[in-house]
Amino acid sequence: MTDTLTPVLTAHWDQPDSFTLDGYKRGGGWQSLPKALAMDPDDLITALKNANLRGRGGAGFPTGVKWSFLPQGDGKPHYLVINADESEPGTCKDIPLMMANPQVLIEGAAITAYAIRAKHAFIYVRGEVLHVVRRLRHAVEEAYAAGYLGQNILGTGFDLDVVIHAGAGAYICGEESALLTSLEGFRGLPRLRPPFPAVAGLYACPTVINNVESIASVPSIVGNGADWFAGLGTEKSKGFGIFSLSGHVTTPGQYEAPLGITLRELLDLAGGMRAGHQLKFWTPGGSSTPILTDQHLDVPLDFESVAAAGSMLGTRALQIFDETTCVVRAVLRWTEFYEHESCGKCTPCREGTFWMVRVLERLERGRGTEEDLDKLLDICDNILGRAFCALGDGATSPITSGIQYFRDEFMQHQKEGGCPFDPAASTLFGSN
Amino acid sequence: MPFSDDVLARLDADADQIISKYPRPRSALLPLLHLVQAEEGYVSADGIAYCAAKFGLTEAEVTAVVSFYTMYKRHPVGDYNVGVCTNTLCAIMGGDQILAELSEHVGVGYDEATPDGKVSVEHVECNAACDYAPVVMVNWEFFDNMTPASARQLVDDLRAGNPVTPTRGPSRLCTWREASRILAGFNDGQATEGPSAGPASLVGLKLAQERGWTAPEPEHVSGDADQLAGAGRTAGSGPTGSGVSHADSANPRPGPAVGKE
Repeated sequence: MTDTLTPVLTAHWDQPDSFTLDGYKRGGGWQSLPKALAMDPDDLITALKNANLRGRGGAGFPTGVKWSFLPQGDGKPHYLVINADESEPGTCKDIPLMMANPQVLIEGAAITAYAIRAKHAFIYVRGEVLHVVRRLRHAVEEAYAAGYLGQNILGTGFDLDVVIHAGAGAYICGEESALLTSLEGFRGLPRLRPPFPAVAGLYACPTVINNVESIASVPSIVGNGADWFAGLGTEKSKGFGIFSLSGHVTTPGQYEAPLGITLRELLDLAGGMRAGHQLKFWTPGGSSTPILTDQHLDVPLDFESVAAAGSMLGTRALQIFDETTCVVRAVLRWTEFYEHESCGKCTPCREGTFWMVRVLERLERGRGTEEDLDKLLDICDNILGRAFCALGDGATSPITSGIQYFRDEFMQHQKEGGCPFDPAASTLFGSN
Repeated sequence: MPFSDDVLARLDADADQIISKYPRPRSALLPLLHLVQAEEGYVSADGIAYCAAKFGLTEAEVTAVVSFYTMYKRHPVGDYNVGVCTNTLCAIMGGDQILAELSEHVGVGYDEATPDGKVSVEHVECNAACDYAPVVMVNWEFFDNMTPASARQLVDDLRAGNPVTPTRGPSRLCTWREASRILAGFNDGQATEGPSAGPASLVGLKLAQERGWTAPEPEHVSGDADQLAGAGRTAGSGPTGSGVSHADSANPRPGPAVGKE
């Protein structure tokens, strides 16, 4: 029987020097790279496929399969790009990981680059996290000094340069093709696919883009074996992941567990809802994943089960809201975020998010109508599946799920001529 | 006012160092915009002209990039730019109230610097610290678990020149321009300061330690590539390992062809 929590990525975060090369090595770090470099790169790709690590950035695409899509012997440079642009509202796992243990990400990057035959890796980190940028850069410097990066790594003839690239504030750059456009020095607009990045990515060369947590999971898979990893989690959602609890819970924070744990179990570990309050709604994986309610406490948090419940596992960003929270206010604020972050490239998202904010504002002020709800759903219909990238799709999630579960609450605003909730009651320092 | 020769020489040296890290020069445009922001505190028309000349672009092309990204300021902000997260979770947990009270307390317009040039206040989107909500960022350093009172105190300290330490960050809070220089690609030697992780980052780990919970030990650890690849591989090339220990570990390392689709 597997333990309820299984710290791997988070296992040494309590050490005061966990972010240094010495601290990482004391916890067993940098032992997987020599092992990987002794292998054929294709065997590494096979190992990742067999581990069935699925992308931890939200989409859940199998990492090893992604690696295998790169053409080999094509004569072009290959690139590894790590998506460290963690910006999905509610998501807060990669930032603490890179602050506490950037070395595991660098080791994972080195192994991955070797597997996909890349000599250049980029870590695209959002710019708004200064200390994480410092820690990443420090980790890279230490790794170069120790001979884990640079020329002829560990005497094997493998060369790798790693560049820490700080973004400049744009949620869309977490979308992989927009990230590449941004890394090339342009406005971060998404690209049409195909061609996929595996064929024409950075500088139109074969490129692997993986999330931070995915790459950080690679050293433990290489160190402990694919079976070890695949022995955790559920049948189709293997391994472990960091579950980030935030909001109206007694003890918000990071909980690393096998995939398939439930919110009921996590809430129990987190001491339950804050005293005297009940769960109202929650996101399983960030604001782009449809909200769920207290009916869904026992849904296993794996890719399939959350999808079957009508949402998405996403980034395991569990934002928990209690009964003091106005769902209309929450949905409006998320929609304002999507409006602000819409890159403007495609009409459904650019225009749709703009008008949805206007309609939601009217509803929140108590001047909306039933027809407004239908109008919102109609706009969502015209965005979902018609937007150029997943940002537009994601923008519809809070609205459609909010109306699905809380239609009456939207209309209650109209009946009462305004918001029936006291925002002070939701705060941590207001009247509870 | 265009940059003086001294400034140009310094910018050029830094810019060339940044550009050399990239296979194609234009990838260095975002870092260079951070660099000119470090020089002037915001991205001015001169900063844009400098970057355009550096990459052989038009000023319009560079301006298009600048206007896309929210971290580039087009006008001066305070030495300490205070950003209150008002995305949904932080807003509901108190961010809206913090922003309202702080704006009133500081008494200048949104995204404007105080007359002493010390502080500006804006709202920011989710900064990936939701387990520390409500969150305030100053020059992109974390100030966790804020209240209206602690936010007012923070701003008062910044304006008075009192030492201020981020919750999860270096011992000394750097200025807006110093922060921009770090983002451009230069170190300030403060990476090893501050905690590895804040309290909320550690709650799961502490609980596991108290209860004796760990990830399972691997069944056997060797340097054998065959063992690493997992049982699914010896059984064929299916994407999932069977989860059982495979019986093939005595085999020598197989040829690379096994790994192909």
